[in-house]
Amino acid sequence: MAKFKGAIVIDIEKCKGCGLCVEVCPQKVIELGNNVNTKGYFYADVIKEDCTACENCVMVCPDTVITLYKAKLEV
Amino acid sequence: MDVKFESWKEIIKDENIVFKKTKVLTDNVLSYCPGCGHGVAHRLIAETIEEMGIQDQTIGIAPVGCSVLAYEFFDIDMQQAAHGRATALATAIKRLYPNKFVFTYQGDGDLAAIGGNETLHACNRGENIVIIFINNGIYGMTGGQMAPTTLEGMVTSTSPYGRDPQMMGHPLRITELVAMLPGTYYVTRQAVHKPANVRKTKKAIRKAFENQQQNKGLSFIEIVSNCNSGWKMTPVEANKWMEENMFKVFPLGDIKVDGELVKEL
Repeated sequence: MAKFKGAIVIDIEKCKGCGLCVEVCPQKVIELGNNVNTKGYFYADVIKEDCTACENCVMVCPDTVITLYKAKLEV
Repeated sequence: MDVKFESWKEIIKDENIVFKKTKVLTDNVLSYCPGCGHGVAHRLIAETIEEMGIQDQTIGIAPVGCSVLAYEFFDIDMQQAAHGRATALATAIKRLYPNKFVFTYQGDGDLAAIGGNETLHACNRGENIVIIFINNGIYGMTGGQMAPTTLEGMVTSTSPYGRDPQMMGHPLRITELVAMLPGTYYVTRQAVHKPANVRKTKKAIRKAFENQQQNKGLSFIEIVSNCNSGWKMTPVEANKWMEENMFKVFPLGDIKVDGELVKEL
């Protein structure tokens, strides 16, 4: 079975820290950090590299700040 | 671009992109509160427009309400209507430019309260337009007052002891109401709180625009959404509350497909 690996890049300046992506991520890759952006929001941050590119976070993000990358794992 | 992990560096390349912000949305930061369903609804409409390749043929109508600035966020031709009059304006635009795609984007205060008259008559005439109706059961922009769609017993700033149906009436299910009119072709109720619902909503929006392309008639899409600021909850709690309470009064699913009622009203 081909395995996929994903990676997400969050535009932290546009993130409003609503936490919806944290809730839907099955791998718990995203977390609200302790840092704030220039608007004063605690933005979402990536804490692990277990992303499987399931697209859940990009589906629910209201501000479309997440870009998702997906690549086939070479085994 | 800030890449945190070594193994991610090789994945983050342009050819590996599977999702990025659509070009039909502008770079402006949305004016909505964190976690608001408006953002997802905007994205779905924009993606549909991009996928159908109709960016330069689409005219959107912005309402009065939280989404009054929608013309700042969509990179298409937009017109902003007087309060509640979006469907009337859409009628005029569609009749003058029958080959353009015309959609209105309205909240529950705009569509069901102030614009109730215009909405019912546009639906009854069966104008060939798409109506996107965001229902969050409250007047969001003005500070959380009671709307026609507010649930029984729900506390808002103008119903501080909860909505009493004896005095303030029952929640208005306008989607069921317009489904009964012979003019409507496609009527559905969707939500955008979970990935699966988001995908379904996108399919519904696509179907609505395709109906307009084929001159089938009026498509009416209600999107049940949250208003975490108005409901005084965190975004995650608001979505949970919406699932437990809003969906009882506003059940999800298709109501009218291809001009035929598919659900008992």
